[in-house]
Amino acid sequence: MSVAPTLLAVEGLTKSYGGIHAVRGVSFELRAGEILALIGPNGAGKSTCFDMLNGQNKPDSGRIRLLGEDTTAKKPREVWRLGVGRTFQITATFATMTVRENVQVALISHQKQLLNLWGSAPRFDRDEAVRLLELVGMGGYADRPCGELAYGDLKRLELAVALANEPKLLLMDEPTAGMAPRERIDLMRLTARIAREKSIGVLFTEHDMDVVFEHADRIIVLNRGTLIAEGSPTEVRGNPQVQAVYLGEGLVYDARHREGAAT
Amino acid sequence: MKLTVGGLNSHYGPAHILFDIALEVGDGEVVALLGRNGAGKSTTFRSIVGLVAQRSGRIVFEGKDVSARPTHEIVRGGLGYVPEERRIFTDLTVEENLEVGRQPKRPNAPYWTREKLFTLFPNLNEMRNRPGGRMSGGEQQMLTIARTLMGNPSLVLLDEPSEGLSPKIVEQMVDAILTMKKEGVSIVVSEQNLHFAKLISDRAYIIERGRICFGGTMAELDARPDIRDAHLSL
Amino acid sequence: MAFYVVQFLTGLASAASLFLVASGLSIIFGVTRIVNFAHGAFYMVGAYIAFTLTDRLSGAFGFWGGIVVAALAVALIGVLVEMVLLRRIYHAPELFQLLATFGLTLMVEDLVVLIWGPDDLLGRRAPGFKGAVDFFGQNIPSYDLFLIVLGPVVLGILWLLFQRTRWGVLVRAATQDRDMVAALGVNQKWLFTSVFAVGVFLAALGGALQIPRDAVHHAMDLRIIVEVFVVVVIGGLGSIVGAFVAAVLVSELNAFGILIFPKISIILVFLVMAVVLIVRPWGLFGRPEAPARRTPGLTVNPWRPLTSNERLASLAALGVAAALPLFAGNYALTVGSEIAIFVIFAVSLHFLMAVGGLASFGHAAYFGLGAYGVAFLAKMAGLPMIVCLLLGPLLGCLGAAVFGFFAVQLSGVYFAMLTLAFAQIVWSIAFQWVSVTGGDNGILGVWPEKWAASPSHFYWLALGVATLVTIALRIAVFSPFGYALRATRDSALRSEAIGINVKRMQWTAFVIAGTTAGIGGALFAYLKGSVFPDNLGISLSVDALVMVLLGGVETVSGAVIGAIVYKALNIWLVSQTDLSKLVLGAFIVLIVVVFPKGIVGMLEMLAQRRKGSSPPGSTLLAKPIGPAE
Repeated sequence: MSVAPTLLAVEGLTKSYGGIHAVRGVSFELRAGEILALIGPNGAGKSTCFDMLNGQNKPDSGRIRLLGEDTTAKKPREVWRLGVGRTFQITATFATMTVRENVQVALISHQKQLLNLWGSAPRFDRDEAVRLLELVGMGGYADRPCGELAYGDLKRLELAVALANEPKLLLMDEPTAGMAPRERIDLMRLTARIAREKSIGVLFTEHDMDVVFEHADRIIVLNRGTLIAEGSPTEVRGNPQVQAVYLGEGLVYDARHREGAAT
Repeated sequence: MKLTVGGLNSHYGPAHILFDIALEVGDGEVVALLGRNGAGKSTTFRSIVGLVAQRSGRIVFEGKDVSARPTHEIVRGGLGYVPEERRIFTDLTVEENLEVGRQPKRPNAPYWTREKLFTLFPNLNEMRNRPGGRMSGGEQQMLTIARTLMGNPSLVLLDEPSEGLSPKIVEQMVDAILTMKKEGVSIVVSEQNLHFAKLISDRAYIIERGRICFGGTMAELDARPDIRDAHLSL
Repeated sequence: MAFYVVQFLTGLASAASLFLVASGLSIIFGVTRIVNFAHGAFYMVGAYIAFTLTDRLSGAFGFWGGIVVAALAVALIGVLVEMVLLRRIYHAPELFQLLATFGLTLMVEDLVVLIWGPDDLLGRRAPGFKGAVDFFGQNIPSYDLFLIVLGPVVLGILWLLFQRTRWGVLVRAATQDRDMVAALGVNQKWLFTSVFAVGVFLAALGGALQIPRDAVHHAMDLRIIVEVFVVVVIGGLGSIVGAFVAAVLVSELNAFGILIFPKISIILVFLVMAVVLIVRPWGLFGRPEAPARRTPGLTVNPWRPLTSNERLASLAALGVAAALPLFAGNYALTVGSEIAIFVIFAVSLHFLMAVGGLASFGHAAYFGLGAYGVAFLAKMAGLPMIVCLLLGPLLGCLGAAVFGFFAVQLSGVYFAMLTLAFAQIVWSIAFQWVSVTGGDNGILGVWPEKWAASPSHFYWLALGVATLVTIALRIAVFSPFGYALRATRDSALRSEAIGINVKRMQWTAFVIAGTTAGIGGALFAYLKGSVFPDNLGISLSVDALVMVLLGGVETVSGAVIGAIVYKALNIWLVSQTDLSKLVLGAFIVLIVVVFPKGIVGMLEMLAQRRKGSSPPGSTLLAKPIGPAE
């Protein structure tokens, strides 16, 4: 792990709205193949942070470097072209298109064929689209209308779409929100497997501590816009400050992950 | 019985979503409606308060059949509804949000004043004039419950109150729900987090693909890990 | 100097009425999400009724009482319209709502002529404000001063109403989330009706207050509605303060624009609007629209290429159409050519609407520009017909490139209003710039050359071009570009997150659609032998929308069938009655209420029902086609 190159380096990221600091001087790094969880109370600035990484939002100050390239002022579509896939908290898919067409659009964009008015889109890179769908276990759904999918399947489709440009970094905003416990674990296992195989770095936010403690290599904790803790799952759940502002008494997640319990 | 639902069927366009839903809520009870995403929990709630146009069945609230009444009349009758996604009026201040929910005092339901609600949710007291859009998710969840309580309901349908909230806020939510119960409000709460549901509920129903497939006390549910595993995939 | 001050004050006085109408539109839109096209009609009816009342009632009380009673009476009509018509279409796509209220406008235009006659009516002067005030040798009518004071007073009253009353809080809440308001025990129906009444009252009051200043006539509805659209685009839809500021801005621009560009004063307003749109796309006081809430239950069949049977059927239909000259007379062939041209027009709009999700309310601008392009080339440059036909549409292309660039900065109803305003600007230029365009007299004598002159030859030409255009656009729908464009329609957020430049895709689609419309316009100029400002007027734009919606948005064949049915009906209707607007308006309203899915959609539904199987369409838990709600 220690030999893996630094993928993402964030330095002193700061953003305020109407005089209130949403994010203040946040710095962290992410290595290739590493799964990093960003947790913290509602309103701590996680989403703001996330939107800045992906170019949806511009920081007031600070710097974001992706594979050594400065992406601080780039737009989402430019960040994507550098190899950053993103999934959304509330899934964003092309609802009137089939599952395969959703992936095909991403492939069309990846191969810069967006202004091609003559070719046949239904035949565009069919095999690659199916391969990506199979990778996330959706091979059998290729011809289903996307609007027909169950929520968990939509999340998997988003993952397939995010993988279409062979990303080096995946940003996943509450990837398991709204899913049943079993689906949560399946999706994160899948993500972890792909990340390891392709040496992709993953940064995700999450409120389900069962998911976080099970799958994150490392956790960073945000509170009122600043980083208050960083470390392995064991270190973070033992941290009294994190317990005070975020974890609480541990009544509402799996007993296996509570502090002091044998793991 | 506070609420009796029987033979409830709902459709969205051509899709049949709910099949013969039957459930009961007793006076002062907290009942959990458990199920996966898309199982039909929200649609059940939306159907009960009349937000789904195509529904049929019996919905008896406090002895009156309300299944043919429009939403606002059902709600005015004392059946409060807290939707998922919170749906705060982001442009309105906390006080104004509460004003929208205000309804006259009701004889057989606890009466909530602003001040009483600010004691229940002390965070809101500090931000009375803040627009809803400038609040954190946890604060918004508190506000949306307080807003519904301003209508002095005798029964509240709470749709996924713990979703997207930090563990600590979820613990506060447990306290708030237990306080509401103590005041005499009956509550139906839809959930995916079984830990949370166990802390607050007397009984539970499990819904799967639009059908109720289990109903019983929390102890009975605990005794049936087979049902839990099959329908909640824990 | 005094002259400029007076000019400024005149502008302020004009702003009062504009503000009243625009704020009414904004309030209604805020809660009901309906852009009430009929707002101009209510304004006009307010003026007519006030004219009659103030004419019959004497004295100061009669005048002021007449104004207020007129506004109240129109508000009552508004309540009726809301209860009878709008309540049925609150859940229809916003495009249908715009269309329904447009149909209403058409009906009202014929009705006022029936009641009050076609002539301009001059109203009474306001008692107590008949004179003028002297200002360094310049006269300012004292009624203008009254209006200048009235504007801010109304603004203040509205502010108090919305900030300080429970009704105001409920309305503001409903503006954001009407279902949630109902779920908190508020009677939505009552709230909507009351809001609609207030909005219509403001419009009618604006109209009634104009009678001492302007003549009352039956075209004042369209004039004001376009200005109001410009005002709300600049000020921000939903913002009352924005409506006020923008009304003042637009009125001043008009007042001074006359001095700078006497011929085409509207250019100045356009330039300002363009700047505002670049700097603040949602208007000076507006805010970005929240993404559409998921609307459960919309059925969408995924698109697919034609099956071989459908291919054969299309070929057979084309064969029959091509054989028409063998048995039809000259009149039928001319009608056939016109229908073929409108197929081109409808298919071009369909591409933009269905694939791009952009409902243009001013698509005729590019049709008309194509026609003017041909007329310029043929009459001024004297180029041969084939060259004119190839180059003429480029004017449509150019127009679409310029206006489209600004229009795609917006979406949804803003896009609709903006495209309509742009079309009206092009119309004004064609109308006012007499030295170049011939103004109202148009450009005459654009006749086809000999090889295409006979009705059958021209018919074959039109049919051939229409076929080529339809095939080309269908290929584009299933091209990588077409897929990506549909993707931007379904989710702009996701599109940007996978490297698609949404605005550029939409702009490209706009230019393609505009150029194609221009091709139709070019043929149209030769068919009619002349070009008039009406070739780019609002009613032609709405014709295109009705054709597409009548056929059904979801299929290209829908646009073709819609164009054939609607155009044939239209031509027949105009030959049968003097009240064509009334009938047409009623027809549009009826379509919206009865066939919200169009002809082809209805046929498909019937076919599915006959098969007895469950519909293959999926339940789509996502936003519907086009940005609804």
